[in-house]
Amino acid sequence: MELTEFVIKTITIVVVFALTLVIAMYSTWGERKVAGFIQDRMGPNRAGPGGLLQPLADAGKMFFKEDFIPALANKWLFIAGPSLAMLTALLASAVIPFGSTFRWEGHEVVLQGVESNIGILYVFGVVALGVYGIMVGGWASNNKFSLLGAIRAASQNISYEVAMGLSLIAILMMSSSLSLGEIVAQQHGGNWNIFYQPLGFIIFITCSFAECNRVPFDLPECETELVGGYHTEYGSMKLGFYLFAEYINMFVSSAIISVLYFGGYNYPGMDWVYNQLTAALGSQTGHNIATLIGTAVFFGKALFFIFFYMWVRWTIPRFRYDQLMNLGWKKLIPLAIFNIIITGAAVLFLKPLITAWLN
Amino acid sequence: MQLTNRSKQVSNKEMTLMERAYLPAIATGLAITIKHFFAKKVTIQYPEVKRYLGPVFRGRHILKRDEDGRERCTACGLCAVACPAEAISMVAAERVKGEETLYREEKYAAVYEVNMLRCIFCGLCEEACPKQAVYLRHDEFIPVFSDRDQVIWGKDLLVEDMNNRYTREAWTKEEAHALDAKRANGEVTNVVPRAIP
Amino acid sequence: MNPTLSFFYFLSALTVLSALMVILSKNPIHSVLYLILTFFTLSGHYILLNAQFLAVVNIIVYAGAIMVLFLFVIMFLNIKQDQEETKANIAKIAGAIVGGTLFVILFGAYRKTLIPSYNPNQFDSQIGMIENLGKMLFRDYLLPFELASVLLLVAMVGAVMLGKREIGERHF
Repeated sequence: MELTEFVIKTITIVVVFALTLVIAMYSTWGERKVAGFIQDRMGPNRAGPGGLLQPLADAGKMFFKEDFIPALANKWLFIAGPSLAMLTALLASAVIPFGSTFRWEGHEVVLQGVESNIGILYVFGVVALGVYGIMVGGWASNNKFSLLGAIRAASQNISYEVAMGLSLIAILMMSSSLSLGEIVAQQHGGNWNIFYQPLGFIIFITCSFAECNRVPFDLPECETELVGGYHTEYGSMKLGFYLFAEYINMFVSSAIISVLYFGGYNYPGMDWVYNQLTAALGSQTGHNIATLIGTAVFFGKALFFIFFYMWVRWTIPRFRYDQLMNLGWKKLIPLAIFNIIITGAAVLFLKPLITAWLN
Repeated sequence: MQLTNRSKQVSNKEMTLMERAYLPAIATGLAITIKHFFAKKVTIQYPEVKRYLGPVFRGRHILKRDEDGRERCTACGLCAVACPAEAISMVAAERVKGEETLYREEKYAAVYEVNMLRCIFCGLCEEACPKQAVYLRHDEFIPVFSDRDQVIWGKDLLVEDMNNRYTREAWTKEEAHALDAKRANGEVTNVVPRAIP
Repeated sequence: MNPTLSFFYFLSALTVLSALMVILSKNPIHSVLYLILTFFTLSGHYILLNAQFLAVVNIIVYAGAIMVLFLFVIMFLNIKQDQEETKANIAKIAGAIVGGTLFVILFGAYRKTLIPSYNPNQFDSQIGMIENLGKMLFRDYLLPFELASVLLLVAMVGAVMLGKREIGERHF
């Protein structure tokens, strides 16, 4: 590998990493602000203008609290739990395409950590591993409530992974590629997958709510039944890591939703803007500015879905556990399979008809 | 027996397909919450903005003086007797010659103390007082204590300042707001909340 | 030594070590976690062979689903280290003999086997890519693939049958 290429990749990965962390950090602020606004309150507004320094204050508090490990806990696994949760959460953002390309003196830099031809499967694999952080932490606490919370979380995640994977297959059948960059490129020109896959989108977003342990599927923690769920015994920054990992997961799943169904960095009138910019500013500066606009659009979409997560949190009451399982296994999975069949039929029979009619 | 005309008969009927689909209901709910998201917020930014609590609010105590600036209290002890929390204590003293400009009656309170940790701000002392000497202010709170020394308020804090007399001029919210506006314009200067040491 | 080769040795050492730890560690939970680590290192090997699809599917299916269920069951069993009863000597001797015999047979079998080797000049490095793998599965091996899927379907129906609530009074 060339040195410049190595440096460019390093910079891209560091930027993606930092962006993920910053967005997750400010999601905590956003969550409290949105909660406040929906409940006719102001939300945090004391630390800095509009409460913008609140995440720093929270982090400072978390860091300086006593780092307590219960006497009978399995020490190493107790530490490994939150670390694993954080690790798996951060891994997933590596393959998300944040924008098209940057041009710099003949170099074409893709705004994506790693371009891989199995991108979506990689994300899916990492999401599947997210369970371990919770299970290991819950078991190592040596507490029945933690164990029960961990087991609830794990069985919920496994159940919804199935429906999630099935709803993805319909997308893959249409795009016939597993690469996220390719899937985004195919949605160019208002050709967003949401128009072809509304049912798949609803299944996918429901499953991602369950995967992130968000309301209405936030059953792993439940004061009345399980005290704090899998992080009952946790405090200090270890608890912070668990909560932070949840927010990172939220950002990653929002980004994945906007990549898969809402065209990623594509927006209507994109080609016109691109032509205007390159005509006015030259093929390098114009191209870069067009890319930046696309990236901004992508982040706008992702942030909207983060907002949607919070919006739903303050709207819908949580499910009961048997309702959750019934929804996952008896409704979403059959629906997803139905969606696959419909998509297959449409790709086989409808698509040739429409293309023939258009020509 | 019908207690209210808003009561609804509970029914256990089968849900329609529309209701079972759950998504329309979610959409309705989301519409309601987003309406609140953009609605006017009810929060009052407390230390910066203070809400008018009404003319009969019972805040901190004050020992009134009369028009000539003499203390009204005669140390009869009725307020201490009336106090359900036993927060008030006093030591009476006899007025000597030459103190007529300081004390209205022949007997006065040399020491008058209110324990603010005990006080429940019920206002019974106000009602018991035969000389209209003790009042609970409607416009000032007890500030936050940070030390036990600050809990017991003596005469230095309680007795009215003649340069900044306590009157209850506004009896409705509108009057209070009008007064606030006047005070902001500098038209009225007599009732400025006193800085508490 | 080129970086790929040194990475291969490092990964292999890690694989063997974690596989050994699976059987050597006393705590069953640790065993399961080491097994998961072994799957990860195996996925690393797949990536070295440029078989990305296989690597990710290995993680999704084994590490992400099957091992979670393993961990699940073992956590529920709640086996304590001190409750492990001492096994009789005869069992230990029998185990050693059986294991040793198996090792000898395997060793003998492997010694005689010719491992098919590829000519590095003709080797297609893209063979492990998902497109090629898909074409191979759906053209050359269509029947075994479909039979395997039927087998999985039968297993799934069986699982649903077993999981179904019996008619009559509920006991839980």
